[in-house]
Amino acid sequence: MDRYTEQRLFGALARASAALVVAVMVLVVAVTIVRGGIVFLTDPAIAITPPGSRYMLEGDGGFLHAVLGSIFIVGPATVVSMILAVSTAIYLQSDYSSERFSEVVNMFLNVLWGTPPIVYGVFVLTVIIAIGARTSLFFGIVAIAIFQYPIMTRYTDEALRSAPDTVKEATYGLGATRFETALMTLRAALPGIIAGIIMGFARGVGDAATVLFTAGRSTNMPGGPFEPATTLPVLIFDQAMSFNAEVRSHAYAASFVLIIVVLGLIVVSKLLAGRYARYTPGGRHS
Amino acid sequence: MGESMESQESNARGGRLGRRLRIERLSSYWLGGAGYFAIGLFVLIVMSLVYQSLPLLSEYSVVQMLTSSNWDPAQNEFGFMPAIVGTIYVTALSMLMGTPIAILAAIYLAEYAEGRLKTLVSSFIDVLAAIPSVIFGLVALIVVVPFVGNYLAPAVGSSATGLGIFTVSLVMAIVVTPFMISLSVESLEALPDELRETSLGVGATKWETIKLVLLRAAGPGIFSAILLGFGRVFGATIVPAMLIGGQTHVPSSPFATGQTLPTLIVNDFGELMSLPLTQSALIFVGLMLVVVVWLFNFAAMLVRRRLQRRWQY
Repeated sequence: MDRYTEQRLFGALARASAALVVAVMVLVVAVTIVRGGIVFLTDPAIAITPPGSRYMLEGDGGFLHAVLGSIFIVGPATVVSMILAVSTAIYLQSDYSSERFSEVVNMFLNVLWGTPPIVYGVFVLTVIIAIGARTSLFFGIVAIAIFQYPIMTRYTDEALRSAPDTVKEATYGLGATRFETALMTLRAALPGIIAGIIMGFARGVGDAATVLFTAGRSTNMPGGPFEPATTLPVLIFDQAMSFNAEVRSHAYAASFVLIIVVLGLIVVSKLLAGRYARYTPGGRHS
Repeated sequence: MGESMESQESNARGGRLGRRLRIERLSSYWLGGAGYFAIGLFVLIVMSLVYQSLPLLSEYSVVQMLTSSNWDPAQNEFGFMPAIVGTIYVTALSMLMGTPIAILAAIYLAEYAEGRLKTLVSSFIDVLAAIPSVIFGLVALIVVVPFVGNYLAPAVGSSATGLGIFTVSLVMAIVVTPFMISLSVESLEALPDELRETSLGVGATKWETIKLVLLRAAGPGIFSAILLGFGRVFGATIVPAMLIGGQTHVPSSPFATGQTLPTLIVNDFGELMSLPLTQSALIFVGLMLVVVVWLFNFAAMLVRRRLQRRWQY
């Protein structure tokens, strides 16, 4: 095979691979939206109807409990995680830590970032066992927050890193303290940080493995912070395994809701990043 | 009169400076704490998993449990062999399917695609990476499972329902590919253009440039992307739990049902609260997952550092 044939062959292969990946993505999204959309749009009320007493067996009622559970678990978790993640990223990027120590922290963050979500679920479960509590909404929040923390820290860290050094130098030059400088850098990196937080939120909304063991897989409406709850992905997981066709079809409706939320978040994240970029020094115009 | 005004002003200024310095000090405590949080979390996870695995480890020997293929928590039989074999099967198969496509697609994105098309394809891949895995599982139930059960498995002379190792591997390959693509594209795009220009300038074709220069220079990054992908598949929970069939035996063929380490936790979770030893066994599975995935991650980091020194231009 001469070098030009090889070139054509591998060029075609590279194109084909990319096309395959895109095709798979279109297939997954299309199947979810079409199949789920049919179920959902014939009866959109199931998303705001509380479940009946035998919901997982017979599919009476709707899955409002999981929608609310997702909101009550992922919302607070994102706020907690955001505060921790932004603080850690500031600490790593500004002049609070020595270079060597921030390298060590970075290494641990990378490892946490690659840790499978189920491990966080099992970890929180060990905590629940150790303190003698039972699975509840609160521990779902804890598990999701821990899961989101390395993801958000990574995005925030990247955003801070790409903020222009001139911001930092100018602020120090005016006699600002480290904290004030950090705030200015934060502002310069805001688009990236917001995009990262929304991405972290999207990951949290979509994750089931962390909540599976910690929130209690409840089939009732969430009763309070220390009562069992469930989230949409966990509900879909349970519904998909059901023997009742009605319940299984609800899984497609729920996944329709879930994918619309996740896709919406991604779009919002990209749009916000582009919009804010105009107001920050050194920001990209996109 | 003028003097007192001045001193008032300087007092006010000193007060403000004092306040700024107080904020500075407080914030440095808080941010320092946040910096230690990552390390603390890591240590806490290890300690708590180890501590809760101790009841099991004090009763049975690790080697015996890892090599025994008899898993029956009700009879206090804890053999992890079936789940370990299943996990290795799934990981190896999906990496085999996913890696070449991921690398080629990354090459396309970094070297061939241009302009609008590039933005479009890479945002498609971003979206694919953000789709919740439970949705992949659900779509696979109506697309991949019938395909494998009705066509693929009979075609290679094996009868199956479609749930099993191969189905899981295929879907996991799809889940992990976009993740590996975006990491590989990152390291390909970080390469300086001089590399490409020099190579093309001495008469190499575009593909020769990619093969001999760029893949080598971006090698450490791509390699660690693959290792991180390994970790992803290894710890995947929801997709295997939905598609593997959940039977604890050593799988006889790629189309057989089986169990992976994470699905073992999911499937036996119901009994967990009642039997302390089972509880400990499942937490030990979590510990194994963590140890292996972290080893992969550390390996990725080390390899990256080492190769970067050796393969630099």
